[in-house]
Amino acid sequence: MPLDLKSRGTAISHHPTDALMMEYAAGTLPEGFALVVATHISMCDECRARLHAFEAVGGALLDSAPTCEMGEGALARVMAGLDARPARSPAPVAPQSRPQPRPPARPRGLLPEPLAGYVGGGIGSVRWKPLGLGVRTAVIPTGGSATARLLYIPAGESVPDHGHRGRELTLVLQGAFADAEGRFGPGDIECAGTEVEHTPVAEPGQDCICLAATDALLRFRALIPRLAQPLFRI
Amino acid sequence: MLAVRDRADRAAFAQLFAHFAPRVKAFLMKGGTPAAEAEDHAQEVMTTLWHKADLFDPARASVATWVFTIARNRRIDAIRRARRPEPEDLPWGPAPEPDPADMLALAQDSARLGDALRALPEAQRSLVERAYWGEESQTEIAAATGLPLGTIKSRIRLALDRLRHEMKAT
Ligand SMILES: [Zn+2]
Ligand SMILES: [Zn+2]
Repeated sequence: MPLDLKSRGTAISHHPTDALMMEYAAGTLPEGFALVVATHISMCDECRARLHAFEAVGGALLDSAPTCEMGEGALARVMAGLDARPARSPAPVAPQSRPQPRPPARPRGLLPEPLAGYVGGGIGSVRWKPLGLGVRTAVIPTGGSATARLLYIPAGESVPDHGHRGRELTLVLQGAFADAEGRFGPGDIECAGTEVEHTPVAEPGQDCICLAATDALLRFRALIPRLAQPLFRI
Repeated sequence: MLAVRDRADRAAFAQLFAHFAPRVKAFLMKGGTPAAEAEDHAQEVMTTLWHKADLFDPARASVATWVFTIARNRRIDAIRRARRPEPEDLPWGPAPEPDPADMLALAQDSARLGDALRALPEAQRSLVERAYWGEESQTEIAAATGLPLGTIKSRIRLALDRLRHEMKAT
C-alpha cells in the first residue's frame, strides 16, 4: 500500500492530481470527472496503486472514526436476513504465493472501460457533431454537475483558444496534443483550472481523440465558438 | 473477516458488525444523511459485506478499507442516486491464496497509516476527514468552513506529505 510509487516505465507522464484522486477515492467527484479519472486508472497501473492508497486513507479514517450507536436489535435483524452462505470453495489447485505475471494486455478497442460502457460500444458507435475545421465532439450523458464529452481533433488542427470558468480534465485516448502546459499523449491527463488559458493543438501524424470533462462552460475568445457553445454544450 | 469469508462464521460477523456498523452509521451521518436512513444503510453495508465476502482479498486491502469502499459506494448509489464509474478489472482476475507475508505487510502499513493520521495536526486532519466524510468538494468545504480555498488545498497537501513521509520511514 505505498502512497508513493515510482513510475513503472509507462509512457504516461501526466496523472490526476492528489486532490482529484482523493475526491475519486472518497466518492465525492461529480460523475463526469469520475469517468475521466476511472478511465485513466484503467490505462495507468501507477494510479491504480495510488487509488488503493487513497482508499486506505478512507479505511484508516473509518477505523478511527467516532461511532454512532446502532438501534436496538439491529444486529439481530441483519443476522436474520443473512443467507446461509456456503463455506468458501477450496482455493484452486497450484496455489501461488504471488500474483502471476500479467498476461499480455487483452486486445481492446480504443475505448477502455468504463468509457466503453458509457458510449455503448466502440469508437465506431459514437455519434459525432462537427465543430468546424474537422473538430468533432460527442457529449457522453452523465449525472451531476460535470459534463463529459469526446473530442476528435484532426492531426495538426487545434481546439479554439479558450479559458476555463471551472475545472477541465482532458484524457488522451489516441494521438497527442500540445499546449503551453506541455505535451499530452495516450493515457496522459491534463488538469486545467481557471488559471489556464490554452489552445490545444493535435500533433501531426495521427488524429487526436480525447475524453474531456468540465464543470463550467469554457470561455472562448473567438466569436464562432461562442455561437457553437450553446448548441454543443462544450 | 477471513472466518466470515472462508467459513461463513456468524459469530465473527457479529464482531465485525459491532465494530464497523456504528462507524459506518457515523460516517454517513457526517455526510448529511439523517440518522434513521444512515442506520438502514449501515445495516445494508454489513449485509453486503457478508454476501460479497468472497471478493475480500487481505493482501490488497484491510478490512476497514474494504468496508469503507462498500459504504462509499452505498452513499453514491443509494443516497446520491448517482453512478460510479469503476476502473477496468485487472486481467489476472482474483488472486490465488495470498502470501501471508503480503498480508502482514499490509496489516503493518494499515496500522502505521492509522497512527500517522491520528498524529496529524488537528487543522490538517479535520480537513482530510471532511474531504472523505462529506459530499463536499474543496470549494464547498471552503464555503462551509470560511477558510480560503488556498488554505484548504495547502493543509490537505501538507497532510498528504506527512502521511507519505510516515509511510516511507521504516
Ligand atoms: Zn496515472
Ligand atoms: Zn481547455
